[in-house]
Formats: sequence, C-alpha cells, structure tokens
Amino acid sequence: MTTTHCPYCALQCAMSLEPGPDGRPAARPAPFPTNRGGLCRKGWTSAEVLGVPDRLTRPLLRKDRTEDLVEVDWDTALDHVAERLLALRAEHGPDAVAVFGSGGLTNEKSYTLGKFARLALGTSQIDYNGRFCMSSAAAAGNKAFGLDRGMPFPLTDVGSSKVVLLAGANPAETMPPMMGHLSAPRLIVIDPRRSATAQVALDNGGLHLAPRPGTDLALALGLSHLMGARGWIDRDYLEERTTGFERAWEHAAAWWPEITEQVTGVPAVALREAADMLGAAAREHSAYILTGRGSEQHAKGTDTVSAWINLALALGLPGREGSGYGCITGQGNGQGGREHGQKADQLPGYRRIDDPAARAHVASVWGVDPDTLPGPGRSAFELLDSLGEGGGPRAMLLFGSNPVVSAPDSSRIRSRLNSLDLLVTADFVLSETAALGDVVLPVAQWAEESGTMTNLEGRVLRRNRALPPPEGVRTDLEVLAALAVRLGQPADRFPTEPDTVLAELGRATAGAPADYSGVTPERLASGEALYWPVRAGAEPTPRLFLDAFAHPDGRARLVPVAHRPPAEVTDEAYPLIATTGRLMGHYQSGAQTRRVPELAGAEPEVYVEVHPDTAAHAGLGEGDLAAVTSRRGVTRARVRLTPTARLDTVFLPFHYAGEQAANNLTNPALDPTSRMPEFKVSAVRLEPAR
Amino acid sequence: MNTVQGARRIVVVGNGMVGARFAEETARLDPLGERVHVTVVGAEHHPAYNRVLLSGMVAGDYTADQIRLPVPDTPGVTVRTGLAAVSLDTAGRTVTLDDGTALEYDELVLATGARAAFPPVTGVSAPDGAPGEGVCALRDLDDCRRLLALVRPGAPVVVLGGGVLGLEAARGLQSRGARVSVVESSPWIMRRQIDRPAADILRRRYDALGVRVHSWRVASRWIPGTGLELDDGRVLPGDALVVTAGVRGNIELAKDAGIEVEHGILVDDTLATSDARVHAVGDCAQHPGGGAGLVQPGWEQAGVLARRLTGIEPQALYSGSRPVTRLKAEGIELTAFGEVHTDDNDEDLETLTVSDPHGGRYAKLVVREDRLVGSVLLGFPEAAATLSQLHDTGAPVPADRLALLQGAVPAPVGQEAGAQAAPVVCRCNAVTRDDLEQAWLDGARTRETIAAATRATTGCGGCVRDVNALLSGWDDKSPVG
Repeated sequence: MTTTHCPYCALQCAMSLEPGPDGRPAARPAPFPTNRGGLCRKGWTSAEVLGVPDRLTRPLLRKDRTEDLVEVDWDTALDHVAERLLALRAEHGPDAVAVFGSGGLTNEKSYTLGKFARLALGTSQIDYNGRFCMSSAAAAGNKAFGLDRGMPFPLTDVGSSKVVLLAGANPAETMPPMMGHLSAPRLIVIDPRRSATAQVALDNGGLHLAPRPGTDLALALGLSHLMGARGWIDRDYLEERTTGFERAWEHAAAWWPEITEQVTGVPAVALREAADMLGAAAREHSAYILTGRGSEQHAKGTDTVSAWINLALALGLPGREGSGYGCITGQGNGQGGREHGQKADQLPGYRRIDDPAARAHVASVWGVDPDTLPGPGRSAFELLDSLGEGGGPRAMLLFGSNPVVSAPDSSRIRSRLNSLDLLVTADFVLSETAALGDVVLPVAQWAEESGTMTNLEGRVLRRNRALPPPEGVRTDLEVLAALAVRLGQPADRFPTEPDTVLAELGRATAGAPADYSGVTPERLASGEALYWPVRAGAEPTPRLFLDAFAHPDGRARLVPVAHRPPAEVTDEAYPLIATTGRLMGHYQSGAQTRRVPELAGAEPEVYVEVHPDTAAHAGLGEGDLAAVTSRRGVTRARVRLTPTARLDTVFLPFHYAGEQAANNLTNPALDPTSRMPEFKVSAVRLEPAR
Repeated sequence: MNTVQGARRIVVVGNGMVGARFAEETARLDPLGERVHVTVVGAEHHPAYNRVLLSGMVAGDYTADQIRLPVPDTPGVTVRTGLAAVSLDTAGRTVTLDDGTALEYDELVLATGARAAFPPVTGVSAPDGAPGEGVCALRDLDDCRRLLALVRPGAPVVVLGGGVLGLEAARGLQSRGARVSVVESSPWIMRRQIDRPAADILRRRYDALGVRVHSWRVASRWIPGTGLELDDGRVLPGDALVVTAGVRGNIELAKDAGIEVEHGILVDDTLATSDARVHAVGDCAQHPGGGAGLVQPGWEQAGVLARRLTGIEPQALYSGSRPVTRLKAEGIELTAFGEVHTDDNDEDLETLTVSDPHGGRYAKLVVREDRLVGSVLLGFPEAAATLSQLHDTGAPVPADRLALLQGAVPAPVGQEAGAQAAPVVCRCNAVTRDDLEQAWLDGARTRETIAAATRATTGCGGCVRDVNALLSGWDDKSPVG
C-alpha cells in the first residue's frame, strides 16, 4: 500500500493506493486535514487513469506534418529534437525555442523546466498554463501583502468562522471535500449561477448574490461602500496595519447600493443583507473572504481580486487568527507551479528574474554567470499567440498542458501551434495538443514517480511513487536531462532523482519569499505540516502576516481600483453572455477524466445551461442540440434548462474538445497585469444547431 | 504643469460628478497624458464628491469624507477647485476665470450642472436671490451642512417639492428625528416618474413613517420661525424649509458666448454644442434623448466624450440613455423607468398592474412586442433588479410576468427541465437512493460500511445526515419491503 495524494486539484486529498480485486491499483481516501478522509468521484476513480488503454509507451515522431506519427526509439526521438533545436537556435537565436509548462507539474519538475529553459536552451520564452487560472490573484496578493501564498492560513481555520464569502468559487463542484470545512459558517456566494455551492449557502441560512458576468468588481466596490455606510469598517486596524485606504475608498464612494444594483443586477436589499452578515462576523474577527477563478478570469481580474482584498482589509480580516483573505488555487500544484521559475518573469522561490540579487543567487546555485541568464519573456497567451509569427518562437516544448482545449479562442491556438517548425509534447496519452506534435514523448504520470506538491494552503507535501511506469516510459526529469546533455549541458547539471532536485531547489530558494530550504525528504516523510516559508532548520509558517505583512514597512496596501465593463459587451447580434467553468466529474481539459469510463459516462458531452425562457426565445427545448456562437467560433452543446439561471447568461463547462470546446467561444482579451484571458465573459448568440 | 508635448488641451468647466467622471475616464484611457491634457476647474472649494449621496448625509449614513470621489493622479489631469469660469471666448478659445486668469483650450467641456430652482414664493428667497431665513436647497455640500445645522431632533421641517430628492431628504430628516411635511404642487408625488396609484401607495408609506405629504398644494408664504403657509390657508410648522422643487441648468456661460441653448445647452449625438469645439455633458446639457436630472446619463455622456476627445474611439456617439429612477429611502424600495403614463387604449401595449395597498406594494409593467418599455415597482426589490436590467439591455420579457414580479422566473409551459433520474443522495459520488438500498441489502448496516460500499458521504460530507436518516429508517427491515 502506498499513501499519496490525488492527481487532480489543489486540495491534494490524501489517498492510499493498493491493489484492488482485479489486481490493478485502486484509490481509497486517507486521513489528512484538507480532505478529512473524503474524496470526490474524481479521486475515487483516479487510479483508473494509470491503466488507460491508449497509454503512450513509445516516442512518436513525424518528420513531415502531413504524415502520421510513427513509433520510434528514444534515442531517435531525442536526437531529432536536439538536432532541430540546435539548428533553429543557430539560425534564429535562442528565443526561437519556447517552453510551455503546467500547474500540474511537481515542484521539482517546475524548477527543472525553468532551469532547462534558461540554461540548456538559453531562452526567455517560457511560461505555463497557470496564467489561465491563478495569476490574477497572485498579482493582487503580491500588491496587497507583498507575498502570494494562496491561503496564508491552514484551511482548517476557515471551518470555525462565522461567515465565509466565496467570490467566484464553486468548491462544492470543483473540490467537494473542501465543503467539509464550510458546513458550519454561513456562506455568501457570489456567482452568476445558482451553483452547487450557492445552493449550499441558501440551504444553510446564507446568501447567493448572482451578478451579471463581468460586473463582480462593481459588486465588490458596492459591498465596500456599504461597509462604510453601515459602520462595519475597522478604522483601528486600517490605521495600524495598512496604507492606502482613503484613495481606495474614493472609488467605492461612487458605488452606492442602487447604482450597484443597476450594473450588477443584484438587488440593493441583498447587498445590504450581505454587508451586514459579513460585517457583523468581521466585527468578531470571524470571517473569511475567498476568491476563485470567477473573480480572476477577466480582463480586469487582478483589479477584481484587489477589490475583494480591499474589502477584507477594510474589515480588518487579513493577518489575524480566525479571519482572513485567501485565493482558492485550482490546479494540483498551482501554488508551487507559480513559485519556481516556469513563469516568464520569475526565478525559483518567487524571485523576480529582473532582480540582480535574485539572478546572482540563482546563478551561483546553478554554477553559471548571472549575465548568461535571459530576461523576462512573453506570458502564456501572448507566447502561444506569437508562435511561428514574424518574431515569435519557431519551436515549442510542451509539458503537462493541453492548451488546444484549455486556452481561449481554441482555433487560433491550434493554428499557431500548427505554424511551428517543431512542436514537442510530453504526455502520457495523445491529448488534443499532443496529437499536433512532431515529436510526442511518452512520460510517467502521478503515481509512477515521486515529487513534491504545494497545496492551496501553501503546504508542501509529497506524492509517493506507487508503481513503476510502464516499460518504455520516462519521467519528465529524465527527458529534460537527456535533452540537456544533447544540447551541450554537463550531465550532472540536470539530476533525475526528485530528492536531488528538491535539495537543489532548497538551495536556490534559500532566503527567497517562497523559501523551501527546510523542506527535506525526512521532514516530509514524518508528516510535518510544512507551510512555506520553511527555512533550513526552522519551523514552518502555518499562518503568515500575524505580526506584519511582507512589504518593507510591514503594512498591507489597499490598491485603488475602478470598475469598467468587460472587454466584449452584448449587442443585437450577440445578445447573451457565455461564461465557462468546471464540472465535478472532470478536470481541466479532460485529457485524464474523459478517459475514466465512470466519469465520462456521467457527463459524456458538453452542455449549455440556459434559462427556459431564454431557450424558448431561441426555439430550443431540453436536450436539443444548440449552436452557441461568438465572434470567434461555435460550440455545439446539448441544452440543459435551468430555471435558476440568469436570463442573460448561459454556462458551458470547458472540459471538452473539438466542436464541443467551450473555448471555441472565449475572448483572449488579457488582464494588463496578470495577462490572464477573459474566460468568464463572451458575447454569444444561441440558436438551434443545424 | 508637465504637459506632454503635442497633447491637446481640454478644459472642463465644472468639477461635479460628471466633470470629475470625464477626467477619470480620460485618465483611464490616456494614463500617461500623451494624448490630451485635461484641466478641470470647479467653483466649489471641495474636491469632487458624490452629490447623489447628499440625502444619505442628511440621513446620517455618510460623512463628507465618505462621499469624496477619486481624483486622477495621472500626469494628464489637473484639477483646480475654488475657481469659477466667468466668460467664454469661442473665437479666441479661452475661458476666463474669476481670479482674472484665462485658460486656452483646444476642446472645451461644459459640465456646469444645475442649481436649485427657487419658486417665487414670498420669503423663500431674498431680493438678491439668496435663500431666505431658514431656507435651504440640497444641491451641494454647503447646502447639506447648512441644513444639518438648521435641523434639531423633534423640530418640524417642511420639504417643498415631492420629487425624488425631496422624498429622499424627507426620509433622511425623519430618520434623524425631525417631524417632516412634504408639499408637492403636482397632483401626486414623483409625478414625472410614477403613476398616480403608485404615488398613492407611496404616500401611505410615508404617512406610516409620520411624514405628512400634501399633494396638489401650492405654497403661498414662508414665515421664518413659524412655517409654510399653503394656498388653502393652512400653515405647516417648520423651523426649516428645504427646497427641492426642481433645478435649472447652468447655461449662462454658454448662452453669453452665443452658443445655442433652450432650457439646457443643446448638444447632438457627438455631444458638441453649436460650436464644434465646445461640448456639454450632464445636467447643463440638453440632448434630444433627454435624461437630465439623473447621474447615469451624465456618466454615460462623460464616457463617450472621453473616448471621442482622446481619440481612442473618435466615432463614439451618445444616442440617449435608458435611465432608471431609484428612490434612496431606507425601507422603501422604489424603482421606475421608461414609459409609465400609458394610454390604456393603446392596443400595442400590454400592461400588467398589481396593487397591494395593504402591503404597501405596487407594480406596473408596460410591455410592447415582448420588450419592457416602462415599469414602476414599489416593494418588489428582487424583481426591480432583474427588470431594470431587462430594460437596459432590451432583452425579451419572460412569459410569466407575474412570477417575474415574485423574483422567480419559472419555465414557460412546455419548457420544463428533463425528468430527474433516480434521486441522488450523495452528489459528489453520484450515489442514488437505489445504490444505498442495494448496499443495505448486501449487508451494509452502518454509515462506515455504506461509505465503503458506495462512497456515499465521502465527498463534501453534506449528505451524512440524509444517509444516517435512511439507515435508521430502514433499521432491520427491508428498505424496499
């Protein structure tokens, strides 16, 4: 029996893997603070992914895009990749090669991928799919607190509070065991949809506020306004622990309840009720504000999260035991993945790549001259969008990601990937993106290798290997090492043992904001709760900011933010808003979960959730096939009538591919700070599919 | 002042909500001040503030600090307060200020707003036009401070003018402990925005709060220290008189410069006046689409004009607004918009009316060709939010309008959702009641063994109670027997 953690979301539920009745591994829940012995249906069925019938076990190669991929041996594949990379670099310079990573990769892989890009390739062009989910909250958290650890407190703290406001988060659907921590507090759920979480809120005496998509920044300002008008603001806390309240408040002054109602569609009476419920709990230092993708995935996502943080600060929540602000990180290693250097602007430990001291430290650990490290590169969507264009990269190496399904404006992404001279993908199945590759490298998954993950609380934990990978399959670390040597790197610079990498990651992050130098295999094995920063030989940090925030003056900063409309507004041709999200039975692009029969069987195809009246106006009924059309593309989806839906909004889950892909519709308008696309608002029309 | 070379000079006269919003929008569109340099001059000494909340200040919900609006801190915007524009030379493109200096402009934006109109009633205003003794408007912060100094708890106050502002002020004064009467010269209060039946119920609501409303009564004389004498000879006691009897646009600057005016400064869809370099927005402007008197159209105009003048969207047009009137009076939820004074004989219109005098509620929906063209909603706060957005976006009105008023929109006939399969007990793991029964029949008798057999209760934990209840109900009997 092996005790490990789930392959999917950032809750990282503990589970045990042991042979089931058929001899194949089966997952069972294990005790752990985040999942409290629970698992959702994804977790229960996760071991089935280990035995999927279409598992890749041999590298695939085609030298001509018009031909089919054929199986080759590893040396042939890797030699081909190295030869092409060297040729492209010689002809076009090091930035002609790009790397795309993932918030699903372990810390050791994220770290090594960043190092590989900067040293073996010498490219600045590396980014990852976390730009699509957590970068807005990360940017806002850094601005406000000087540090971004999604939840700066253990999740278990939340359970004993009186009120929790969830802004654009739907854990009952996306991470069900988290709801065990939300059964006692009253919930205020902000979501355009009557989500499973919103229903729980209503059933337990809480509130559901359903704003028109793209207006949640106005809603946050409106609630802040009411906190002032109704006397819930904690003036002493603002005085002692923050700066910037006055200027931030002026923006809330323009959002009295009635104007907020007009813009958001949330009744002023409901705003007042929510403000009083939250304000009274805050007065007792017993409230949390948590944000999710619904706040973030907008062209103003960073400012929206800042508005929620401002509200939390005005109420005196952060940096106190029993209350706080947190971001609910989504991807399995969404936290660690954004800390260790696979972001375009970053070096390990949440260091900035444009900071000379950070460059010097990391270069000394890597044994190179700091001047040889490239500078910042393009962010994820911009990187994908530049592929094969005039000055853009000509080759891309892609690990643990499926952007053809998960990035906005899918058809554009597909055509950009197709315009590359060389696309190399590392995956364990032939995902929609892997299938476009010139070279596909079969790699190990989850329980076939060990490594560390950092969960949504900033706790570093260890996934243990339960079984060897199938014959012929290599780990990502082995692939990177073999390529690095072929690209002229010394063999010892890219270790393949995860624990060796972890030790080096510890040295590289020593003294950094996200300091892992005290994370050792022994401490991990002992079950110690290693919340970062955890310095060598020091205690971990379960709760940040209790004494001071991470800015040099120790104070949190309220950032003045103003509401503005979404990048695309509705009009006569596209009168409805489409918003996208997740289902309990699927994970991200669905490359894993669509291969689990039980999960695929429960939700086999994409649907569009629509109000019956809106459907009737479009000539559609329950179960009809609809064409949902935006300025960018069409998604064919089965109509699901939902009387609790807003009349102006339809919802589609994004886990499906091809003509079922919700991202055929989405708008790649980017947040100016986080560079996150506006997944949550697209203007669409709805009609019967022909 | 660090003006970027080549940036065009825009002068904004008026630092009220609309002038300040224009500056804010400009700063957002041109954060480095590369395109335009904006100078805002405001006659008031205060920084810009949210005038809409003055009635909230009267109610005690806000302090002056809490209604201050943001001032852009971009290099392209300069705000100068305590300076009034006294004359405009459109040929020389200069505005002269009351300190004797002049500002040159490439584009001029008039956002001079409006001032309270004082009715010609003896004692209400002094011969020089200043408010009489104990008389006060409610247009600016100074008015508000003066009013609060005049009003003592328990003291009688008369509000002259039963429009939105008058009713909000009356509610605020009443909640401060004043004894308030409202006088309205029209047949009913909020005459422009709501119909008579709605006004009657609204009057009863005020009555219940202790605020006496006297409609269709004209004031004849303000007697300082005594009160307001009406045309029927009655005298309403009042230590103070608040005048909220309409406004008059501040159009003199434009008029004196030869720009075309009627009751406001005439503008077209480009928001230009009869002089192409002079623009007008907000309460001083008169657009064919109407809308003066509410802040929302003024803000929309400010946004359009900022996009035009910065060149971000030089073709942007303002084609009128669909403003919503929302009374801000604690405990009274009133929303009105569009055409409400409809002709019952108009066959193109469908009108739904619900009148509930006992409950203090009233609703009227006016629909033409499936689109909402007007509404009055008193005491329907949930529906009001939905309906005002339907009006704003021009989306079709749901089939069941009565249900819409109740805040829920059910499926139209023939559009019911699909039949539910077997009831799911554990949503996280898709465990149905049938699955649980089967596990029980197979020998699982405790929650732990049921969980091991079916996975029920192991997700969010929300079904623990339901599973326990089923188990105890089945006890040792067969669940299906």
